[in-house]
Amino acid sequence: MENRQKEIDKLKDYKYGFSTDIENTRAPKGLNEDVIKFISNIKKEPQWMLDFRLKAFERFKQLKEPDWQKPKYPKIDYQDLYYYSAPKSMDDKPKSLDELDPKLLETYKKLGIPLQEQARLNGIAVDAVFDSVSVATTFREELIKQGIIFCPISEAIQKHPDLVKKYLGSVIPLTDHFFATLNSAVFTDGSFVYIPEGVRCPMELSTYFRINASNTGQFERTLIIADKGSYVSYLEGCTAPMRDENQLHAANVELVALDDAEIKYSTVQNWYPGDKDGKGGIYNFVTKRGLCKGKNSKISWTQVETGSAITWKYPSCILKGDNSVGEFYSIAITNNYQKADTGTKMIHLGKNTKSKIISKGISAGFSDMTYRGLVDISSKASNSNNYTQCDSLLMGNKCGAHTVPYIKNKNSESNIAHEATTSKISEEQLHYCQQRGLSAEEAVGLIVNGFCKEVLQQLPMEFAVEAQKLVGISLEGSVG
Amino acid sequence: MKEQLQKDFDNIIKNLSLSQKDIEIKKFSLDNFINKGFPDRKEEDWKFSDLNQIIKKNIGELSFYNDYTSTNKVDTSVFVDGLEHNKIVFINGRIEKIDFDYEKKDQIEIIDQSEIINKFDNNNSLSDLNNAFTNKSFKIVIKKGYQLSKPLIIYHTTNSKIWSKNINLRLDFDLQEDSGLRLVDLFNDSSEKNFLNIFYNFNLNENAILKNYKIDKLENKNIKYSFNNIEQNKNTISETFILSSGSNFFKSEVNCNLKGEHSSAFVNGIFSLDKNKHHEIRSTINHLTENTKSYQLIKSVLEDNSKAAYQGKIFVNSDAQKTDGYQLSKAILLSKDSEFNAKPELEIYADDVKCSHGSASGSLNEDSIFYLMSRGLNYNQARELLINGFLLDVVEKITDSEIKNLIKNMIGIKE
Repeated sequence: MENRQKEIDKLKDYKYGFSTDIENTRAPKGLNEDVIKFISNIKKEPQWMLDFRLKAFERFKQLKEPDWQKPKYPKIDYQDLYYYSAPKSMDDKPKSLDELDPKLLETYKKLGIPLQEQARLNGIAVDAVFDSVSVATTFREELIKQGIIFCPISEAIQKHPDLVKKYLGSVIPLTDHFFATLNSAVFTDGSFVYIPEGVRCPMELSTYFRINASNTGQFERTLIIADKGSYVSYLEGCTAPMRDENQLHAANVELVALDDAEIKYSTVQNWYPGDKDGKGGIYNFVTKRGLCKGKNSKISWTQVETGSAITWKYPSCILKGDNSVGEFYSIAITNNYQKADTGTKMIHLGKNTKSKIISKGISAGFSDMTYRGLVDISSKASNSNNYTQCDSLLMGNKCGAHTVPYIKNKNSESNIAHEATTSKISEEQLHYCQQRGLSAEEAVGLIVNGFCKEVLQQLPMEFAVEAQKLVGISLEGSVG
Repeated sequence: MKEQLQKDFDNIIKNLSLSQKDIEIKKFSLDNFINKGFPDRKEEDWKFSDLNQIIKKNIGELSFYNDYTSTNKVDTSVFVDGLEHNKIVFINGRIEKIDFDYEKKDQIEIIDQSEIINKFDNNNSLSDLNNAFTNKSFKIVIKKGYQLSKPLIIYHTTNSKIWSKNINLRLDFDLQEDSGLRLVDLFNDSSEKNFLNIFYNFNLNENAILKNYKIDKLENKNIKYSFNNIEQNKNTISETFILSSGSNFFKSEVNCNLKGEHSSAFVNGIFSLDKNKHHEIRSTINHLTENTKSYQLIKSVLEDNSKAAYQGKIFVNSDAQKTDGYQLSKAILLSKDSEFNAKPELEIYADDVKCSHGSASGSLNEDSIFYLMSRGLNYNQARELLINGFLLDVVEKITDSEIKNLIKNMIGIKE
């Protein structure tokens, strides 16, 4: 037990809070056409990509920042941000990992992400994104043998322009909302995945996002295409240094699943949440959307959200193909002054489409958590089904838990069922555990893990262990 | 619309003998309304029902001027038979009769308070419209310890004399300690294309019990909005039942503030819609102190091109420990073109609470139909039986047996 206490103490502080002192190349501060051209130029992008960005920027200028969300934040000055920041050593792309700046390797080692060959035994291919650039992608050769493309998106724009042209912006169009459009204009890097027809990706693909530079917004873009009959499981992890200021993270993630394809997308989000007085932390305003384009396709989102000062995102599924399936599993934990407004959208367009939403929210301290979701069954989506369950757990009476589902049914042959509960950990359960020798904190940890189990089960093995620990750590000090 | 509003308003001011202060209050409300206009889908609370569009489509140009100088003849044939009751009769928005024949005269006080402005805690432009144009407003006080022996039925009658008019009504009720009121709102329209805007305000003092039943059953082409604000002190109970069926458009809002311990609020409703009707119920229950309870049950049966929406919010303040809040909405869609939208919302700031909501919508259960048909019923009988049973569930929640029977007869539900 003493050991456990030590372990907890060690983990109590945000262990990813260090920053790496590294020389950066930055775009000039501010947001204007020149900065966009600068980004496009430094990435050696073709003209069509620059046009895409400029068109998005034109649109962005007409959009107003949304303000309907529950967590309010001080106004962001978009002219006071850096939109591009990259380690100087990345100016000339290193050809192999051996040429990579040792400081970068060190950073990732500290984060527990092994980039070096000898350490890569866990069988996960990683694309590591540091501020605005992708620094390394592992296991590439092996994947290429199967025809799988897994590379930074900036590389894909040059090497696979047909695929990028066809699918980029097809799920999240240029004309989407404020933050998505901003991302379309200034996105810097991210991952690109293409799984060819009939291929089952042999390993987990993973991206690790790291914000290092201060005063920088991170705008990455991920595009995953699963061709007919293919399968891929993709993981995403994120951390950032501890800083007093709030940093903006506005990523776009687009998934496209063609006939009979399946994409499983898991996120463990652990951006710096701010200190216990609510100072600093990341604004995580991400747009994630998956399109089940083909028939019998499936997209499944799993997320464990423990970090960020404000989390504001709704990973969604557009079920366009007949018989397609969308799933959303989420655990969101807020402590101290963290705020989250998260949930999903399931838009049923095709016949016989099914969706399932399991959301578990836990709020403690002075935090505020909102589940906001939409289930929309259109008049053409005959014989479709949705099941939604969102449960909230409250710890203390200084925090809040809210549920705001929108349910629209326009088809008489389709069914929607929605359930939501809010409660606290029952005295009986606590008493039972404590009677058997667990301390109050351990008992809470156990009960919360049980509460979250349905979602944790959906995560790939390696992530599940990490997530389980994270759940425990995030709630430290909230009992008593 | 602005010129029309201004013109009609000036007309009304001319015909009424109002004090300068009243006129100022009304002017202020009018300006507020002109600024905001009718609510539209951009407002979160009107997301599912764009009133601005609905009025434009169904009525076109509204006129806000009503001549209240001449009396209307009260048509006694609309009165409910076989149930002794007190009456308030509105005809085309004018109060024609207030009669508490069955009650002790000194236990009920009726106060004319037309000049007191309505202060609801909601930023809805319709309350401004109501304040600007309400002709006469009364406050009905039920004295301490008095329970009305017979129910009060308010007849909302409109006839073919009016067309494309906006009618505004307002009533206040003050239930003093240990008092009780059973109130039925009965809508009786033979007019078409009018917009009725009704505001009730209830103040429930300690141990008071309010039962309000709104019955919109008769087929009509009017557009209606009704808002109930219920303030609840210690040990009070409010029960609201809404039968939403007859009008072209009807939105009922119920706002309960549970301010006293051990107070409870019940809101139940039935949507039974066909044709192109579009109805909505929105309930907001604010649990503001410890040990309060609320329960909402809404069931819908939707045919043809009809559309129903339910927005139910349970708010729990951080002081309101031991709150019990439960909400359920269910809908059966009978036709390809019918639509059900729901937004069940929880906003909770206290941890020792039990709150839940559920919502389900879908088709009639084919297995149940098969079961009934295998026992000799034809398809239509089986269908009717299932729908009756589905709706009976809500009717059975009515705690007053006299009125329960009245409503059962009206909908034609047999046990």
